[in-house]
Parts: sequence; C-alpha cells; structure tokens
Amino acid sequence: MIEQVFRDEWGRVLASLIGYFGDFDLAEDAAAEAFAIAAQRWPSDGVPDHPAAWLVTTARRRAIDRLRRDRVLATKLRLLAAAQTSAAQTSAAEPPAGEDTVDTIPDERLELVFMCCHPALAVEAQVALTLRAVGGLSTEEIARAFLVPPETMKRRLTRAKSKIKVAGIPFGVPSGPRLPERLGTILAVVYLIFNEGYGDPGRPGLAAEAIRLGRVLAGLLPAQPEVLGLLALMLLHDSRRETRFAGTEDGQDLVLLPDQDRSRWDWRQIAEGRALLDRALDPATGTHTADGTGPYVIQAAIASLQAQEQLDWPQISALYGTLAELTGSPVVRLNRAVAVAEADGPAAALAIVDRLDLPDYQYWHSTRAELLRRLGRRDEARAAFQRALDLARTAPERRFLERRIAES
Amino acid sequence: MQYALLIYYKPGTTEALGADEAEAVHREYMELKDTPGMLGGASLHPVETATTVRLRDDQLLVTDGPFADTKEIFAGFYLLEADDLDRATEIAARIPAVRLGGSVEIRPVVTGES
Repeated sequence: MIEQVFRDEWGRVLASLIGYFGDFDLAEDAAAEAFAIAAQRWPSDGVPDHPAAWLVTTARRRAIDRLRRDRVLATKLRLLAAAQTSAAQTSAAEPPAGEDTVDTIPDERLELVFMCCHPALAVEAQVALTLRAVGGLSTEEIARAFLVPPETMKRRLTRAKSKIKVAGIPFGVPSGPRLPERLGTILAVVYLIFNEGYGDPGRPGLAAEAIRLGRVLAGLLPAQPEVLGLLALMLLHDSRRETRFAGTEDGQDLVLLPDQDRSRWDWRQIAEGRALLDRALDPATGTHTADGTGPYVIQAAIASLQAQEQLDWPQISALYGTLAELTGSPVVRLNRAVAVAEADGPAAALAIVDRLDLPDYQYWHSTRAELLRRLGRRDEARAAFQRALDLARTAPERRFLERRIAES
Repeated sequence: MQYALLIYYKPGTTEALGADEAEAVHREYMELKDTPGMLGGASLHPVETATTVRLRDDQLLVTDGPFADTKEIFAGFYLLEADDLDRATEIAARIPAVRLGGSVEIRPVVTGES
C-alpha cells in the first residue's frame, strides 16, 4: 500500500522539489530522505490525507537543514538564500509527523518530463531519466529492465543529471511553436519504453510502466490528441498481452493475431483505449486542426480495427497508407503490405515489399518470406526466413522462424 | 549562465558565397553582436593562416596549418549570457553558419559560479 503511494507520488514530489530548489541532485536526495521518513512513520501514524504535500514539506525542511549544515559550499549557500526567501514567502514550515500545513502542491511533473526528455540528452539518457524521475523506478530496476549492469545505468543517470545542471537544460514547458516538436520527443520516449517491454515476455513491467507514464501525460495534457492517441495505442496493444505468447517446453512462443484467443483479451482495456481514441478524433478536443491527425492517433485507430472480430483489411490498409504518407517510413509501408496481403492477396503485397529495401531489418525478410510461402515459392521463402532468423533478437521469434523454416 | 557558441563551417562555404550574399551574411553576424546578453566574440581568419604549436620529444614544434584536419573548420565564436540552454539554442539557430551547412556547438562556460 505504502509502496504504491511512493511510486505514484515520487514524480510529483521530485518535480515540486526541483522546481523549488532548481537542483536535481539536491531534490532527489531530499525526496529520498522524506520517503524514508514516511516509510518509518506512516505504518504506525497512518498515511496523511495529502501524502505528496506531506512529503514535499518534509523534504524541503530536511534539505534546508542540510544546506545549513553545509555552509562551506558557496553554491549551496546561494541556494539556501533562495530557498529561505521562497520558504518565507510561502511560510512552508515542515508539518509535525502526520500533519499537513499545505493541502496541495502544484503539479510540476510536466516541467520534469520536458526536462528529462530534452533533445540535448541522448535518447537512452532520456529513457533512463524519465523512468527514474517521473516513474519512480530505482536505478537497479531500470538497469535490469534494459539488461545493463547497475553501474552502467548509474553512470548514465549521473552523466545526464550533470549535463542538465552544467548545460542549463531548463525545467519548464516550452512555449508556442517548439511545443509540438518537444512533445514528439516525449511521446517517442514513452513509446520506446512500451515497445521494449511489449516485445519481450520477460520484461512485462516496462509496458505497464509506459502505460502509467502515458496516463500521467494524458492527465496533464488532455487537449493533445497525440498524447491521447499514444495512450490508446498502448492500451489496445497491451490488451492482448496474455495471448501474444504461449508457454512451451522451450519457453515462450509467439502467437500471431489471427491465432490469439480473443476471449482472453482485456476487453475493459480495449474499451478504454477506444474511448480515448474517440476523444482524440473529436474535433472539440483541441489542438489538432493545424496539422491534421497525427501518427499515434492513426496507429491507435489501426489497433482498434485489429480488435474487431471480422478484420476490415481494406480499411486497415488504407490507414497504413495514410500513416506511410505522413511519416515516410519504410517500416510503415511494410506494415501496409501485410494489410494489403489480406485485402488484395499476397502478390500485390509482395510487389510493395520488393520496392522497399531494408536488408538489415528482420521483419522485412520475415514478411517477404511469409508472402513467398503463400505464393508457393518455397525455396525463396526458406532463404528469406533464414535471413530473418539471422537477425532475430528474442528467443520466441527465433523459435517461430525456425519452425517456419522446418515447415517450408 | 554563460555559453560559448562555437561556429563551424564546411571548407569552401564562405568562398562560394557571392559578393552580395557575403555582405548580407557579414551584416547578420554584426547584428547578432547586438543581441541582448551577447558578451563578446571573435571571427577568425581562414584556416590557411593558422599556425600550430606543440611539444614533440621535448622539442617545441611549430607547424603551418590547423591542429587537426577536420571536416568542419572552426571559424569564430560568440560569448553569450542566457537563462538556459533553450534560450542559447534559439540564438545559436540564428547564426548564418547553421543555414549555410555548417554547425554551432553550444558549450557552457566555466564561471565562478559553476
């Protein structure tokens, strides 16, 4: 129970402290200290009515106490002066245990997300920072999720925080024309986290974490269709999580969409995703009139169609066509080919696939192979499956491709 | 915060400009000097005029030309006072080198505060 509160409140508390102190490390240390105090007191004293406000107030007072003790450092003295001034202004004395002096703290998580996903940071640093700062995951948890040693992840986070400080990466929401572009970076980070977890049955926590981040963003930016679209897309994909892999002696095997047990899909989650999609497509929602429907909304619409019992392949392939035009992505064209195969047959699809040239992309080879197999061109199919196998990274995919090679 | 905006060009870019365009680019650089927060800067003569000094086997070695043959040539810099990286980026983006195929590297400056 307390652990859940911690996870949920970490981002909010940390964001508020960074906004207050203007220093990531100081804020993180103070937050950790306040959470440790809460872990001691809450089990006996009870969880306060406003946990985030309690944590922020406690963290602020502890940090200011510590700054007083650390008078030797000139920079910290200046921070202290600033903090004391603003503390005097807001008269935020620390509450006695279990008692609140402030009921609400302003939600500054959006500022925090924009800082963590600043384009001046490398993508892997953006991902790690977002999970740590907004998601409240520990360094060890993030390291495990991304299959790197904890020391490596610790260095990555330290380096990123140091760059934020030294290079002056702002804690704030960009204004006007920069917003859509910067928002795109954030959505890409969340979707990357989702896909890391979605593609690997051994790391389901990452998909859930991405959805949680998506919910936070949708709460903070309810008028951004792409934010709603991304959450809808993740919910719709994730609704099939129980059926995408089947346990065998060798481990987990991939189960393709037509072979999945629809009764085991999470229909409540599908309904939620579809409701979000409707909101994203509703012109009253807000800010999408300028640039039309965005890529996440289109992908969510495709995922929604894929949850229907009778698949409407012509419409799915038309949406992939729109998406391909919008993004210019050869991977999207490849996905379109899969839909075209169902709508117009494998020959039409193979013509699209052969116009693409993605020799290092596993799914280009496996899609080609599947189409060749359906057209009865078995030798070519086998060779293409073999190329895909050479590139496959996860065990379920490798076993799937090995079976296809054995069958063809 | 203070930032150095380091300006790089691909070789031959400035030479390829017509007289009118070179004049216009020069004017833009002069105007940038008047941007609020601009503390200073310098424009450098072409890399052909460079001389490099280093120590080889305890001997001072003076050679003609730049320190390293790189794809981009360091052509000058601005020193800027700005609130944060976003503001510095905004100004860096207005430096003509950016649209002329070069680039601007933004480096925070070590000051008494940091």
